[in-house]
Amino acid sequence: MTSPVSQSISVLPARAASVTTVGSADAAPLACGQASLAGSVTQRACAFCGSRVVLYPIADALHLVHGPIGCAAYTWDIRGAQSSGSQLFRNSFSTDLREMDVIYGGEKKLGHALRELIARHNPKAAFVYSTCIVGLIGDDVGAICKEVARETGIPVIPVASEGFKGTKKTGYRAACEAVYQLVGTGDIGDIPPVSVNLLGDFNIAGETWVIQDYLRRMGVHVVATLTGDGRVDAIRRCHGAKLNLVQCSGSMTSLAKMLEKDHEIPFQRVSFFGIEDMSSALYAVAKHFASVDPAMLGRAQQVVREELEKLMPELRRYRQKLAGKKAAIYVGGAFKAFSLVRALRTLGMSTALVGTQTGDKDDYQQLRAMCDPGTLIVDDSNPLELAKFCLEKDVDLFIGGVKERPIAYKLGIGFCDHNHERKEALAGYVGMLNFAREVHASVMSPVWKFTPRRASLNSHLSTLNSPR
Amino acid sequence: MIAPNEPFTQVGDGENEPYPNATTNACKLCTPLGACLAFRGVQGAIPFLHGSQGCATYIRRYLISHFREPMDIAASNFSESSAVFGGASNLKTGLANVLTQYKPALVGLATTCLSETIGEDMPGHLRDFAQTPDGENAPPIVSVSTASYRGTHIDGFHAAVRGLVESLCPSATPGDRTITADSPVAVFPGMVSPADLRELKRSVAAFGLPLTLLPDYSDTLDGPSWADYEKLPSGGTPVDAIRALCHSRASFEFGRVLAGADTTAATLLARRHGVLPYRIGVPVGLRETDRFTELLTALSGNPMPVELVAERGRLIDSWVDGHKYVFEKRAVVYGEEDLVVGLAALLAEIGVVPVLCASGGRSGRLAAALRAAAPELDERTVIREGADFADIAEQAAALRPDFLIGASKGYALARKLGVPLIRCGFPIHDRIGGQRILHVGYAGAQALYDRIVNTLLERKQGDSPIGYSYL
Repeated sequence: MTSPVSQSISVLPARAASVTTVGSADAAPLACGQASLAGSVTQRACAFCGSRVVLYPIADALHLVHGPIGCAAYTWDIRGAQSSGSQLFRNSFSTDLREMDVIYGGEKKLGHALRELIARHNPKAAFVYSTCIVGLIGDDVGAICKEVARETGIPVIPVASEGFKGTKKTGYRAACEAVYQLVGTGDIGDIPPVSVNLLGDFNIAGETWVIQDYLRRMGVHVVATLTGDGRVDAIRRCHGAKLNLVQCSGSMTSLAKMLEKDHEIPFQRVSFFGIEDMSSALYAVAKHFASVDPAMLGRAQQVVREELEKLMPELRRYRQKLAGKKAAIYVGGAFKAFSLVRALRTLGMSTALVGTQTGDKDDYQQLRAMCDPGTLIVDDSNPLELAKFCLEKDVDLFIGGVKERPIAYKLGIGFCDHNHERKEALAGYVGMLNFAREVHASVMSPVWKFTPRRASLNSHLSTLNSPR
Repeated sequence: MIAPNEPFTQVGDGENEPYPNATTNACKLCTPLGACLAFRGVQGAIPFLHGSQGCATYIRRYLISHFREPMDIAASNFSESSAVFGGASNLKTGLANVLTQYKPALVGLATTCLSETIGEDMPGHLRDFAQTPDGENAPPIVSVSTASYRGTHIDGFHAAVRGLVESLCPSATPGDRTITADSPVAVFPGMVSPADLRELKRSVAAFGLPLTLLPDYSDTLDGPSWADYEKLPSGGTPVDAIRALCHSRASFEFGRVLAGADTTAATLLARRHGVLPYRIGVPVGLRETDRFTELLTALSGNPMPVELVAERGRLIDSWVDGHKYVFEKRAVVYGEEDLVVGLAALLAEIGVVPVLCASGGRSGRLAAALRAAAPELDERTVIREGADFADIAEQAAALRPDFLIGASKGYALARKLGVPLIRCGFPIHDRIGGQRILHVGYAGAQALYDRIVNTLLERKQGDSPIGYSYL
C-alpha cells in the first residue's frame, strides 16, 4: 500500500544496521544489544522496570520502591499476574522521596518506611528497589536493609535497579541476584526426585496454574514458581528441585545459571506459547526424567493428545477465517517472538515484521532462519519505524504491548496484547485457543471497514474520511 | 494550617499521618507526566524527557492507557556514564534525532529527578545545542524543570504551561500590545479532559469571542482514525498563537488552588504584558460555571447565549427532578486538588455531602479553596492533603460513603467498601472513553449529575429484593 507518510519516515542512520529483511543479500548479524539511541523514542524501558516485572508476582513479599513517587505509581497493580493467596504484591509502596530527602539523604526515611510497612502488613520478605537517584544521593540501601532485617527477622533484600543502569535486561539480572538471596534457606528434605521449578513464568491470567496442571498430570512435582504466584517460602526451597524450566529466557536465565553453578540443577529453555512449543516443553521434561520415570513420556503424550483433542476442532474454525492474514510482532523478548511466529503459522497466518526490545545476535539468527523471505526483522524499534513497516507490509494484525496498540489502531489494524498487562491467558493449549479467539476477534471485526485507511474502496465513505 | 474557626475537619499534614514515611498506592503521579501531557497540547510539539528512557516509557504507557491515542515521548536515554559525567552529549544527540525524525514545531523539554539531582545546566546545554548545525535551524525548545521529588503531576502540567508562555512571550517593549476585535481571550484550563477542552471552546465561541486555549489536546489526544500515519497527531495550540498571547484581551486561569501560586502563565502575561488575569475555579458545577460565563458576558459585551441559558435552565430543572435521590448522600472525592474543589462544589450544590476531599497534592490551600467554592460545606467534610489511597481507605471506612468519585485508581477501594465508583478525572484505566468524560460547564455538570443520580438509582434498584422497573 502506498503511503506518503511511510515513505517520508526513514530509519535513522545510526539504527540502519538494526533492521534487516529475511532473504536479503545483507547477511551481516543484526546490530543489537546496544544502548538505545537518544531521541529514538525506544519502546524499551529501564533497569528498574526489569527488576520490577520479575519480582512483582512474589505475592507475600513487600515490594518497596525507594525513590520519588513516579516509579511506584506507574507500576501499581497494572499487570495480570495472579496470586492464589496473598494480594499484598498488588499494592504500590514507595518512600516517595521529596526535595529535603534528596538533599539530606533518604536512608532514615527508608528505614522508617520499612518498619512501618512490615509492622502493618507482616510480609514474608521485603524487596527494596533502588531508583535512579538513590545511588546519586549516596543512600546505603544495603546497610538499612540489613539493619531492618535484623530487627524484624524477615529477609530485607536490596535490588540494584537504578533505571539508568540499562534496559530491562540489566534489571532482570539485578532481580535474579536479589531473589537468589532467598534460595537455599529452606528445608528440602521432602522434595520428590521428579521435581522442577518454573522460572520466568509470571502467572499472567493464571498461566502458571495451567502449566502446573499439565506437569501434575505427567507426575512432575513443582517446587517453586518464579515468580508467578510466587511465595517466599517456596523460593527458599527451590534449590531442591531437579530441573529448572526457564521460560521467557531473558528474564531468569541468570538465576538458572546460579542454580546450576551452586546447586548443580540443570536447566532447559522452554516456551509455553503455541502448540509446538508447549508440547516440546512437556516432552523435554519427560526426556529429562526418562531414567527415573520411563513411563513419563507416555503420560506427556497423553496430556498433549487430550489437550489437542479439545483444542483442534475449534482452532480449525479460526484457521479457516484467518488463513493468509499478515501479522507484525513487536515484543520484549525473542523467545516469545519465536513462539508467536510458530503460533501464527498454526493459524495459517504469516509474519511480515518481527522485532524485539532485547533480542541478541543468536536470537536474530534464529528468527532469520525461521521466518519467510521478505520478513522484516528489527531490534529496539520505535513508533515511527513500526508505523512505517506496518504501512509498507500492510499487515492485518499487530502483536505487542500497550505502547504499540495505538500505532495499530490508528492505522486500522487489529491488535493482540501479548504483554504482562494483559488479562487473558495465552500460555498452554488453552492459551493457544484464547490467542486464536483474540486474534480472530480483532482481525475479523467489522469495524475496520469503516476506518479511513481501510475504507478507500467504499466510495461514500472516502470523501468523509479524506485526511484533514 | 487551618484557622481556629475552621469549619472543616482537616486531618493529616505530615505530623498526624499514621504512616508518614511510606506512601501506599499514591493518589498522585510524578511531575514530568504532567509536563508531557501539557506539551502534547501544542501543535506539532513533541515532549522530551532529559533522563532515563524508563521515565518516558512508563509515562507513555500510563497516558496511552487513558487516552488510547499515540503518545510519543522522546528521552535522552541516560546511561551509567551520563549519570556520572552529565547528559550533555545524550541531550544533543537526542534532540538532533528527534528533529530529524519528527520535524516538530516545538520541543517540550522536561527534566527528571535524575537530571535534576546531578544538576544538569539546561540553559547551558541548550545554548551549546543552538551552536550545532542541528541546533541552528531548530524550532523553539521550551525547557521546564520538573524534578519528580518536587510536587506532583499537576505541578508539572502548570510548569509546562508557564514555561511555554515564559519562553514564547518575552517581556514586552512598550506599545507592542494591540487589542482589536480579533484579540483572543486566553484560557489556561489546567488538566481537564479533551471533552472539557471542546466544551470550553464551544462556550467561548458562543459568546462570539476568539480564543487561545493553552494547552489544547482535544484533537491530539482524542483524534479520529487516520487515513495515514501522523508522526505528531494534528491539532493543538499553534506556536504562533502562544507567541501572540500578549495580545489577549484577558486571560482565564482555572484552579482556585493554582490561584495561590506566585508565578503562573496568567501572572506572567499580566506582569509582562498587562493582560488582565481572571484566576477562577475550574468551572465544574453551576456556580463555578456561572462565574466563568458572567466574566465572558462582561468581556464580550454580549448577553449569555441562548443555548447556554437553555442548558443552564435544563440543568437546574434536572436537579429538581432528581434531588431526593441524592440528598445527604455521602461521597468520597479524590484527585488533583483543583478538580476536587470543583467536584465538591458541584456535590454541595445538589445536596451530596463530600465527607472526604482528598488529594495527593500538598499546596496547603485546598481547605481555603473548598471554603471559597462551596461555603455551605460544614464540619462533616474531612479534608486531606498529601493523601494516598491507604489514608483515603482508612478515612473512608469510618465515613461510610455512598459512593466514590474520582479516577479509576479508586476502584480497589470502592470494591472493598462495596460502593460504586463514579469515574472522572485522570486516569481512567479500566473503561474506555476517559478522554470523553465531560466535567466543565453546564453540560459537564449535567453529565456528572445524571451519572451520579443514575448510579445511586441503579444501586438502590440492585439492592432491592423486589426490583421495580418503575422508579
